[in-house]
Amino acid sequence: MKLARVVGTVVSSHKLESLWAQRFLLLQPVDEHGQRVGAELVAVDTVQAGEGDLVMWEGSKEAAQTLPNWFNPCDAAVIGIVDGLDVEG
Amino acid sequence: MVLAKVCGTVTCTIKNPHYRGRRIMVVQPIDASGDPKGRSMLALDGVQAGVGDTVVIFDEGGSARLILDCDDCVTVRTVIGAIVDSVDRGE
Repeated sequence: MKLARVVGTVVSSHKLESLWAQRFLLLQPVDEHGQRVGAELVAVDTVQAGEGDLVMWEGSKEAAQTLPNWFNPCDAAVIGIVDGLDVEG
Repeated sequence: MVLAKVCGTVTCTIKNPHYRGRRIMVVQPIDASGDPKGRSMLALDGVQAGVGDTVVIFDEGGSARLILDCDDCVTVRTVIGAIVDSVDRGE
């Protein structure tokens, strides 16, 4: 799991059938202090997150398994909306 | 498996059902000397670790399901699986 900020949405009307009705979000990975780390990525939304939300996302096969149909092409999924972060230092 | 330091906790109400009732921690991978190595990540707590603890992180789904004792937790990958008492590099 990693943290990211939702910076936008990605609209795609032509995609694989197993991904129909799935929203794509544009994520900017951030660290626990909110600093950007790494490149933006596209992730499937499973928690109705919106632009500006701080979210948790998961990659690899576990991301695909968040969807109703496990056998689909998906390597990143938003799995939670962060309410608060309590970080030492 | 990597060594990491627990540096915080995450509160999250809306989340995937497999994460309900479990503590989510911010962990920073470290080397054997305790210096930060690479990017921090989030991990579910499987061993009642606390902030400041040195721990072992398992970043693989099958291991995560065993540590959490949850066969259905198919969306979980990163879990704290051990609290480290000491590291001896043998140098």
